[in-house]
Amino acid sequence: MPTNKINWFRFAAPQRFYPLAGSLTPWFTAAGVLLAAYGLYLGLWVAPTDATQGQAYRIIFVHVPAAWMSMVIYVAMAGWAGAGLVFNSRLSSMMACALAPTGALMTVLALWTGALWGKPTWGAWWVWDARLTSELVLLFLYIGFMSLHASIDDVRRADRAAGLLALIGVVNVPIIYFSVKWWNTLHQGASVSFKGTSMATPMLVAMLVMALAFWAYCIAVVLKRVRVIILERERHTAWARAEMGAL
Amino acid sequence: MWNSFGDFLSMGGYGLYVWGSMGACLLACVFEPLSLNLKRRALLAEVREQGAPDTGQSGS
Repeated sequence: MPTNKINWFRFAAPQRFYPLAGSLTPWFTAAGVLLAAYGLYLGLWVAPTDATQGQAYRIIFVHVPAAWMSMVIYVAMAGWAGAGLVFNSRLSSMMACALAPTGALMTVLALWTGALWGKPTWGAWWVWDARLTSELVLLFLYIGFMSLHASIDDVRRADRAAGLLALIGVVNVPIIYFSVKWWNTLHQGASVSFKGTSMATPMLVAMLVMALAFWAYCIAVVLKRVRVIILERERHTAWARAEMGAL
Repeated sequence: MWNSFGDFLSMGGYGLYVWGSMGACLLACVFEPLSLNLKRRALLAEVREQGAPDTGQSGS
């Protein structure tokens, strides 16, 4: 494919990516707020009561998007970390570092909302079920990535060590995804259908709108974080110092 | 579906669970960007305080 109009590698330089990230952030923030408002309206006013779970099922509108993002962000983080290892590109490793805390937060939210959903429906906040346990392992992988990175003084060495950990840990993502099929779990199966009956259309639409809202939020906050990381790591350069008003 | 605001808040008796989930997500989405603002401000203050460029240190 001849794409000689835009040179995408241009934005591989932190100095060039910094303003691009800055101009994209407000758009993703606005999209996130609007989608969340619409999604919550659909989820809390329009979607009907669930026949078996009553109103407790409404937790799905935040639980599933958070759980999806916890996995999507991990794959993105491992991808950037891998690109950083292969191409030795600094921006890739900065992206991996920017994704980790938001991924960990999404994992905590998935576990928290899951506990609040499990108590009224299963009678337990927590069970050592394959789905829940592998999601907990995901949280430990995020924490491991961040603490390993923080424990090595030389940033480029930290990028390589933590990047390797991120790549190895990626095997856990399909385990989480397929856990409800591979093992007999208490956690319900595929999210787009309740046992036997398929999910009612307003419920499905509300959940998908909320998923888009979570996507937009995560992109906005990760771009915001990568800008701080770029400035932190480029603080010795003239452009970063000018940007920070220290020249 | 909801006959009153109180009815909406009680969520058919599951209010604590539903609002506990929604509230946690809202708090996270408010505090994460705010903490980044603080981090950014602290970094800028630190770099400006160091003053003259060429400290010979390549940032951490």
